[in-house]
Order: sequence, then structure tokens, then C-alpha cells
Amino acid sequence: MITGKPRHLEKTYDVTVVGGGPAGMAAALGAREAGAEKILIIDREETAGGILWQCIHNGFGLHHFKEELTGPEYAQRYLEQVLEHEIDVITDTYVADMDAGRHVKIMSGSQGIHVLDSKSVVLAMGARERTRGAIRIPGTRPAGVLTAGLAQKFVNMAGYLPGKRVVILGSGDIGLIMARRLVLEGVEVLGVFEIMPHVNGLNRNVVQCLHDFDIPLHLSTTVAEIHGRDRVEKVTVAPVDEALRPIMDKAWDIPCDTLLLSIGLIPENELSQRINLRLDPVTTGPVVTSTMETSADGVFACGNVVHIHDLVDFVSQESDLAGQCAGEYVTGRRRPADNIRLVPGDNVAYCVPHTISSDREHTIYLRVRRNEGKCAIKFGDAYQRKLRYVFPAEMVTVTMRPRFLENFHGDSLRVDVVPR
Amino acid sequence: MAPDDDPHADHLTHYLCIGCPLGCRLEVEEDDHGDVLEVRGFDCKKGKEYGRQEHTEPKRMVTTTVAVRGGLHARVPVKTREAVPKPLVREVCRALGTVELTAPVAIGTLVMGDVLGTGVDIIVTRDMPEGAPTRAAQRG
Repeated sequence: MITGKPRHLEKTYDVTVVGGGPAGMAAALGAREAGAEKILIIDREETAGGILWQCIHNGFGLHHFKEELTGPEYAQRYLEQVLEHEIDVITDTYVADMDAGRHVKIMSGSQGIHVLDSKSVVLAMGARERTRGAIRIPGTRPAGVLTAGLAQKFVNMAGYLPGKRVVILGSGDIGLIMARRLVLEGVEVLGVFEIMPHVNGLNRNVVQCLHDFDIPLHLSTTVAEIHGRDRVEKVTVAPVDEALRPIMDKAWDIPCDTLLLSIGLIPENELSQRINLRLDPVTTGPVVTSTMETSADGVFACGNVVHIHDLVDFVSQESDLAGQCAGEYVTGRRRPADNIRLVPGDNVAYCVPHTISSDREHTIYLRVRRNEGKCAIKFGDAYQRKLRYVFPAEMVTVTMRPRFLENFHGDSLRVDVVPR
Repeated sequence: MAPDDDPHADHLTHYLCIGCPLGCRLEVEEDDHGDVLEVRGFDCKKGKEYGRQEHTEPKRMVTTTVAVRGGLHARVPVKTREAVPKPLVREVCRALGTVELTAPVAIGTLVMGDVLGTGVDIIVTRDMPEGAPTRAAQRG
């Protein structure tokens, strides 16, 4: 039986992992595998596991475990391994501050304030949801406007419904999944509204969450105003023009008591900023090398704090690498340094890692800016691979092998996705 | 030709393939006996199989929660061990509405056997240790 109780706490650690979600747990296990001895995971919730506990739907683990699991099952498998490997886990605890010398100040009700010394730190703080302020919806400020993920936690863990008549803005996967979840709990879901002309979530969720329950989906339509003094009373929705401005002549009102927002995630990098890490302006997460090391010596980062992933399986894979490299760092081993910088070119928003080494294999994650049918991804003249399609909502992963770079002698590789 | 004029319109059903982000628009044609004649519109094998399955016997995994007394949280997540026929999804959730477990509860615990005569069991998908009720639960 997993417990929510914190384990004992040492004064010094080899590897301290900030955040006990899927990224933090995989990183801690990676560090153990690489030979690090004293490893600590710090988490602010009552149990490590992160967002997975509230994602009660299935579809997780197909890549990593080769079977389809629910979020809680995926979290529990990892947490059991963490406990078996005697990794210290302290919960209900915040990291209040940190310096570049890897002194980590923690704070909790049960432990008070402590400063821990750590030979290496892995940042795995994840992301938080964008809120109403991020998209500036006009209107009053009543109760009943909340993010889809928060509603998910209320419904799936605390047993509360956010309202009785719900409108959802944004067609991200969490919004689609909450539409179905609320209908199954007896709530009336009046529609999902998406400002873009295409859905942001997976087709699977459009079919199984919306079509299955006859929930209307309105593309190129947004919420133009929120009404109500104490509680949401109605929202005004309107189709948008090409510049995404609401066309108010065609607007209509929907009486409702709740507006859920599923409008994207922001990597949580306050701690990264405290220690002045170099950040990527596109991902807003740290710039990382092929060993997932940030611009600060001995500080590694992985998971949604680096860039937003669509599948937890890829978070686990990336974080295992970050943990392995943190473990190697504290045991005095370093892989040969990177010698090639990746430069996003045509239809490439970003690449992670930001640099690679020509002497070993790498998994490169990247995201495109727009849909494209048959196309090719090109790494300069060194290597290209054909793709059947690309979508901004689906991360592209490419395996880069040393032999692809045998005849390449430059120090930067431009990455383009071009039609063919 | 408008769909209303198509003599075969009664025999055609449309589906959105969920196999990948391409989302092929599938068209399934059946004969007078309701058997599948042809699946069209797919771009790969996955789509052809999905169209046939979805038309003849659509199934869904059901994931929901049940109440738990004395646990770290007020609800514990559960799932059907296998997919159940799609028309039963709401009924499965309703059947679980009156269930209350008592913490501690272990992952894999059987909540309900053979739900609605489908032969499929409902099981718990996480450990739920005992715990102080949250502030919200105390108010409730």
C-alpha cells in the first residue's frame, strides 16, 4: 500500500528532484540506476504522482509499458518502484528557494524550513494551466470560471461537481475528457468552443468524449463575454473572423453556471528563473543539452517544465535520461560534450534537446507550427526522414544516429519540415 | 448527388477514424441484412478495421470513480477490466453511483463483478490509504 506519509530527511543528497510527478519519479529512478546513492523527491501534494492521479481515464503507457493503463495505474507503478528503490520522498512540501550552488530551501507544515545541500538537482516541476487572465475574456468576475484540470481534481478526487450547466472553452484533451466526465456525472455540458478552425485534442477524444454523448463542438468560435455578479449566469459566444476577433453581430448567449477553460499549459519555471537559467523563448522552459543539463552546472531538467508533452510515456523516457545523467554527474562520469547546436527552421517551433553530440544516439523531440500532409524533416544536408503528416498538437520524435552525422563537420544543424 | 437522393443512403454510416491524428472520414456501407459490405475512406489498415468494429459492435472502456470512506481522498478511481458495449456506458456509471468503499483500498480490488451481465468486472485503479479527510470533505 502506498502511503502519503513523508519519509525521513537527510541534510545532504546526491540528487534532489523537485517535483514528484511522472518526470520526477522517472528521473529519480534513472539516477538510482546510474549509481547515485542518496536521492530525494520533493512534492507539494500529499502523495507523489502528480497530475496522473486525477487523470482517471485510460490511454497511458502504450509506449512505455506496452499496455493501456489509466493515469492512476501509471502513477502507482512508478511510485511503487520509487519506494522499492529506497528513494526518499517528502510530500506536502514546497521548494521555497534555491541557489546556483544547489542549496535547496524547503518548507512544509510537518518539517518546517530546511536547507538541503545537493550535489545535483533535477527540475521536474511540470506545468500549470493557463487561466482566464491569459486570454483576457471580457465581462464580470463571478465564481464558476475555472480551469478544466482543476475541475478534474474536484470531480475525480474530492467528489465535487463544479456546476450544473457547463460551457467549455478550448478543445485541448483535458477539456474534451472533462466534457465526457461531467456528462457521466449528470452535469449538462452545453458545448465545447474552440477559437481555432481545428480541434486541439486527439481525434480519439473528439469521438469518444463528444460524439458519443452528442456534445456540440463549435470551431472558430469563442467566449466573448462572461456575465453574472456572484456566480456565472450566462456567457456570450461569437464566431471569429480571420484575425480571431469575435464577430459580435453573430453572437449569442448561453445561460450556464460554469465556464471551464482548456486553453493550454505553461511550464512552471519560477525556480529556474531564481537561479537565472537560460530559457528558450518558445518553450519558456530551460535550454538543455543532450544530457538534459541546463545552463547551471549540475542542474538538470525534464518533463513539462522543459516543454509541454502530449504523452506521459515520452515524459518518462526523457526524464529517465535526465536522471541517468544526474546520477553520472554525481559519480564523476560525464558523456562527451555536445558539439552541434540544433536551429529550428521552416515549420519547426522548437527542438529539445537544444544541442547534441555527434558521437552517440539521441532522441530529438520537436513541434511544428502548422499542419502539413506528406512532408520530410531535414537536418541540414546530413539527414532527412519522410513523414506522412505533421500536426502542432502531436510532438514529432526523431532518432538521430552517429552514422547520419559522419560527413557533417559544422557546429549547427538547421531543422526544417518541408512538403514533398 | 444530395444525400437524400442517394438510393443507398440508408445503408451508409460515417465515422471519424481515431487511429491517428489524420482522422480519416470513414464510410461504412451495409447490405439489406445489416452486414458490412464495404469500408471506404481509410488511409491505412487500422482505419478499415476500426470502421468495421465501430459499425458492428462499438465498445468502450469505462473509467469513473466511487465514494470511499476514511480515505486520503473522497473518491477512488475505478475502471472496467475490459471494454463494454458502448450503449451501456451511462448505465455502468449509474450502477456504481451507490457504491461506497472503506479505506484502505488496494489497487485491483474488485468493486463489482459482471457489471450489468456483461461478464466484465469493475476494479479499483489505485491504492487509497487511510487519511485525514480534506478540508473540503470536512465541510461537506
